[in-house]
Amino acid sequence: MKINIDQKLVDESRDAARKIAQSVQGFIDEQTTTATERTILRLFKIDGVDEFDTPYPNIVVDNILQGGGLGEGAAFWIGNAMLETGKTPQEIAVAVSKGEIDLTKLPLRKDKEIRDAIQPIAEATTEFIWNNRKKRDDYLSRIGEGDRPYLYLIVATGNIYEDIVQAKAAAAQGADIIAVIRTTGQSLLDYVPYGATTEGFGGTYATQENFRLMREALDEASEKNGKYVRLCNYCSGLCMPEIAAMGALTRLDVMLNDALYGILFRDINMQRTIVDQYFSRLINGFAGVIINTGEDNYLTTADAFEEAHTVLASQMMNEQFALMAGLPEEQMGLGHAFEMDPKMKNGFLYELAQAQMARQIFPKAPLKYMPPTKFMTGDIFMGQVQDAMFNLVSIMTGQGLQLLGMMTEAIHTPHISDRMIAVENAQYIFNNCKDLGNDLEIKPGGIMEQRAGDVLQKARDLLVQIEKEGLFSTIEQGKFGGVKRSREGGKGLGGVVAKGEHYFNPFIELMLRR
Amino acid sequence: MGEVKKVDLTAIMPYGDTMNDGKVQMSFSLPVPQGPEANEAAKQLMSKMGLKDPAVVYSKDLGIGYTFFVAYGSATQTVDYTKIVVPKVDTDVMDMHGCEEYIAEHIKRPVVIVGACTGTDAHTVGIDAIMNMKGYAGHFGLERYEGVEAYNLGSQVPNEELLAKAIELKADAILSSQVVTQKDVHIPNLSQLVELCEAEGVRDKIILCCGGPRISHELAKELGYDAGFGPGTYADDVASFVIQEMVKRKLV
Repeated sequence: MKINIDQKLVDESRDAARKIAQSVQGFIDEQTTTATERTILRLFKIDGVDEFDTPYPNIVVDNILQGGGLGEGAAFWIGNAMLETGKTPQEIAVAVSKGEIDLTKLPLRKDKEIRDAIQPIAEATTEFIWNNRKKRDDYLSRIGEGDRPYLYLIVATGNIYEDIVQAKAAAAQGADIIAVIRTTGQSLLDYVPYGATTEGFGGTYATQENFRLMREALDEASEKNGKYVRLCNYCSGLCMPEIAAMGALTRLDVMLNDALYGILFRDINMQRTIVDQYFSRLINGFAGVIINTGEDNYLTTADAFEEAHTVLASQMMNEQFALMAGLPEEQMGLGHAFEMDPKMKNGFLYELAQAQMARQIFPKAPLKYMPPTKFMTGDIFMGQVQDAMFNLVSIMTGQGLQLLGMMTEAIHTPHISDRMIAVENAQYIFNNCKDLGNDLEIKPGGIMEQRAGDVLQKARDLLVQIEKEGLFSTIEQGKFGGVKRSREGGKGLGGVVAKGEHYFNPFIELMLRR
Repeated sequence: MGEVKKVDLTAIMPYGDTMNDGKVQMSFSLPVPQGPEANEAAKQLMSKMGLKDPAVVYSKDLGIGYTFFVAYGSATQTVDYTKIVVPKVDTDVMDMHGCEEYIAEHIKRPVVIVGACTGTDAHTVGIDAIMNMKGYAGHFGLERYEGVEAYNLGSQVPNEELLAKAIELKADAILSSQVVTQKDVHIPNLSQLVELCEAEGVRDKIILCCGGPRISHELAKELGYDAGFGPGTYADDVASFVIQEMVKRKLV
């Protein structure tokens, strides 16, 4: 099945998106953030918390910030302290927390010396992450994986140990990806909690130990069920790059990771998010993680029919931002959703047209397709039919990651049986209609072709306009998801600092090199 | 052939295809492996729930030694429908134009309504449906109402911030939306807003409403709100209540 779209409009859109990303990249290259620097510390294997549960990466970054030295970067100060004290990064972090070391007050070594001290540590972590990636590849070649679209299921009990029970059940039922929903509110924490956690609301804390526990459980389940089950979490919010690092260290496979989502939907400052997303994507790209972008969210706040072009425009920009961070197309789970009002006449045709259009515009990307949520009412019987229609679009258009719709959407986080019913729905339709898309042709000049053409034209116009006005001012005007954000507003602006003359981040070069 | 049996409203029971057959359809899971023992356990459980003639019509292994059941039984209890009293928002519901005319006639100044998805809740779908221009399912949102100044503060707004904004804008009404209700996280959060309003001495000057998929008017009243809006309510319901309540309480 092919939908006739105007390639010239696609090229113009992509060209505009590239220029938008390039214009912002200049800003990104000149700034760092508290979260980016904490990430570097985590990659130096600084971990743990003090007696007040404050993570050591936060303690160290706060110490540098108070000393007015964050612009030089955490690597510079840690390298300098290593040379001055002979301690490891972890020992330095503990000493800082006890007030025994004030990082910016130590005598300064030469840049070259500092970089040489840091290099072996950075290389060791980079190698460790690369080995995690190889381990995943080994699993995939040894025990294999499910067919696409991958069946993507969510667990959200709040307790990591209960999540593991649910995840194992989901894996046995046929899941290819398990996402552990984060507890509500974590995106606004300016630190990452520590250790295994058993209390959360609407989800479970993203912690490195929780990541490790779940990955271990899924490795067991993968062996048992004879296919590799991927683990997904949320690389977003004020700790976006830190979570990327934690995921890379514990072999997460999929991460929600959007360049604009935090700005629009969590009111995180746009400068902060744009800088943070760069390093997070660099790490995800290097670690072989499939990222999921959050365009589906535009359609829950704005109208899915009228605002479809904002999804395409955002996918185009997410693609370009990801490419700048070295993340290949094969790892770009660009997001979209089946969210039109079920009462809309011919709504299925519009959804099908848009899904096919996205498939053709991003041929290598494992597109992430999100189920109906906005018009799920609590009528579970109708909900099951809506989810079936969604599954049909997906198999016809070759989507990559299928976030399975739950008939109990809008009622509760999924019960164990809800997931099984969702898997059976998808498996039935994916098998029953396996090659339907290959056998059909879309009528030239018909409703679907018309629809795809309209959406593409509007996306192109929007991108050209953003290119002219700049990304930040476009967001200020509320062009995405109908949400307006100001350049200086939102959370986390205080954590953005201009880079100084000694600044270096050893991981950028090491990770881009491969 | 006799006539169809008429309903006795003092003793109603579920209706399948015959009056008073009591038919109930249910599904649930048990943490035991699929098999005859699991089915028997499911039936015994249904008997203990008071259902007679329990029948498991389908069971399925859930993958970890648990079993899912679809089952039917017949209720044995009845309810007196004539004695039922449910607290409801008992104002007349007007459509957008009706509300606009009511405001022009009875209030004669803009009605200021501030809303947010409060606490840690990040799900704005409810407050957006009520407040944003577009509205939901063909019911325009409050932003579209002539005579209403609507401020949607978005997600994860602390109660303190919501109230401060309401006071700053001299709001007539505050709408607090709560979608995440797992482990009753919404209860203390909703209560806190009431307490803050009281502490600031503005509780009697502001009409306080809450809404969300698990919110009922009864719960809202219990928590100290003026009204609660659950599933299937739209901007018209909220606006109608707010403006009539303003007139009733002489807050115009």
